[in-house]
Order: sequence, then structure tokens, then C-alpha cells
Amino acid sequence: MSSDVGQQHPLALYFWIWGLLFVISAGSYLIDFFQVGYDVGTMELRWALILVFMFLKAGYIVAVFMHLKWERLALIYALLLPPGVLMVLVGLMAWEADYTWLTRVVYFGAEVAPQPAPVEHVIH
Amino acid sequence: MAEAAAESTGLASIAKDWSSDVTTFKGVPWGKAMMWIFLLSDTFIFGIFLTSYMTVRATTAEAWPNPSEVFSLTLFGTTVPLLLIAIMTFDLITSSGTMALAVNYGYRRDKKKAVIFMLATAFFGAVFVGMQAFEWYKLISEGVRPWGNPWGAAQFGSCFFMITGFHGLHVSAGVVYLSIISYRVWRGKYDNTNFEIVEITGLYWHFVDLVWVFIFAFFYLW
Repeated sequence: MSSDVGQQHPLALYFWIWGLLFVISAGSYLIDFFQVGYDVGTMELRWALILVFMFLKAGYIVAVFMHLKWERLALIYALLLPPGVLMVLVGLMAWEADYTWLTRVVYFGAEVAPQPAPVEHVIH
Repeated sequence: MAEAAAESTGLASIAKDWSSDVTTFKGVPWGKAMMWIFLLSDTFIFGIFLTSYMTVRATTAEAWPNPSEVFSLTLFGTTVPLLLIAIMTFDLITSSGTMALAVNYGYRRDKKKAVIFMLATAFFGAVFVGMQAFEWYKLISEGVRPWGNPWGAAQFGSCFFMITGFHGLHVSAGVVYLSIISYRVWRGKYDNTNFEIVEITGLYWHFVDLVWVFIFAFFYLW
């Protein structure tokens, strides 16, 4: 292998991103720690925060730790476009979901339970 | 490489790389390209798991068990939501960092440090699997099964065991993979290469962490 193959970057960069990933993870966890969404009963803010932290963290891992940022566009597009197709599947499934739900409730008599049973942990 | 450098950026470079009649992914060792392609296929596997999870959760008339309560831990009389999962997340992020350092030291031809950090990564991976085994044990003893649970929609268990089980399998495989590669690096098998093998192994490991980011967001937090 010739020496132009490979990814050499300053160590400091990795430490910065490592620290940043810890901060982002802590942010994600704090969403649940402070029960964001459950406290007010509307989940939009919670979902938005979850997605923001998720994409930030995933982006930094892929871009820096997996070095995709420094690869040629031919590889970047080959890797990022195909998973985009999954979004079509997600869209279709989300689109049909309320129809399936209604069918279950209206035609199959499924009982709607808005709240799950409270969790009682067994102490071991 | 001189011709490729002429159009090294922009959309034109994609067309040029793909139609160059030689290696498409320039500057990428074949093993690394193959690992990326494998990870792309793995992306579809986990993508489809998460999509089916979304589908069953959105279509069930029963209530979905509250993950914040299901995965809480009681320490010294205080119930902390999602505590074990948070520790697992930080453990995996730590392992990603040590892996990135191993790759960096590999390219610096510092074999000793590369091996040490790879083994540290494998260690954190093993710790992760251990915590996951505890999590499974705890949930199973509380009555969670692939076909039902005490709190709500029956699909909760099947999604949980399928998704986290498949991810745990990936982590376990990664621990074995890291151990083998670090042993081979130590034995000098790659001494006449650029140590891109460490980066290839690292790609797999970072991917395992990447999948966890999505599982954490959609299964545990949503």
C-alpha cells in the first residue's frame, strides 16, 4: 500500500469529538431524566429533541470517527443515498399506520388502552 | 491519481470516478470498501427492524409500555429513569473513542498503542454485552416475553428482544473480531502494510455504536 492511502488526522480532533459525543449523549439522556414531554402531556418537543441529538451524534460518528468527511464524493454518495430509500418505506408504513389501527378498533373490536400499566420493579 | 485529482470535487467527480474503468473508490483500500459495503447492507437490516418496530407500535390499539419506567433502576431508594441504558450508552461512546485512537496510532505505525487501544475497545464492548445480559435477565424475570408483558402491547417484547438481541450479537462479534485483529497486529501480520486493517476494524466498531444511537433514540427514548 502506498502511503497516500489512509486517514491521518491530529489526535486533538479525536479528543474534541469524543468529548462532544459525551455531551450529546448526556443531552439525549437528560430528555428522559427530566421527563420532557411526559410532564406536559404533549410529545412534540420531546420527539424534536430526540431527533436533533440523534442526528448530531450519528453525524459526528460517521463524519469524523468513520472518516467519511474526508472520503471522495463517489464513496459518500454510494453510502448515503441507498439508506435514503429506507425513508420511502418508513413513509409508507407511517402513512398506512392509522388505517391499520382504525381497522383493528372499528372492525375487530380491539380495545383502546391509552395508558400502559404502571411498572412495578421486582427488587432482587 | 493525477487525472482523478483534476476533478476531485463536485458532482462531476462522482461521474468521473464511477466511469473511470478502474477502481471506483480511489484512495480506499479494497478491504475498506468491502467493509463499507457490508455496513451498508447491515444498515438495511437494522433499518428494517426499526421500521417494523415503528409499524407495530403505531398500529397497536393497546398502550405501549413506558420505556422510561420499564428500564429504570432503583439505587439507594431512588428510582432513576433509564439509568442502565445511559451507562451502556456512555460505555459504548468510550469504546468508540478508544477505537478512534487505535486507528490513529495504527496509521502512525505505533503498533503497541494501537493494540492496547483495540483491546481496551474490546474490553468496553464486553462490558456492554455484560450489562445487556443483566438487562435481559431483569426483564425476563419481570415477565417480559416475545409474546407478552405485564404492562401493555405484546409487541414490546418481540421488538425489544429482536432489536437489542441483534445489536448485542453485533457487539459480541465485534469483541471477537477486535481480539483476533489485535492479536494479528501484535504478531506482525500487517507490518508491511499501512495498518488500514485497524481502520477497517474501526469502521465496524463505530457502526455498532452508530446503530445504538438509533436504537437509543427510537426504542428507549421515544
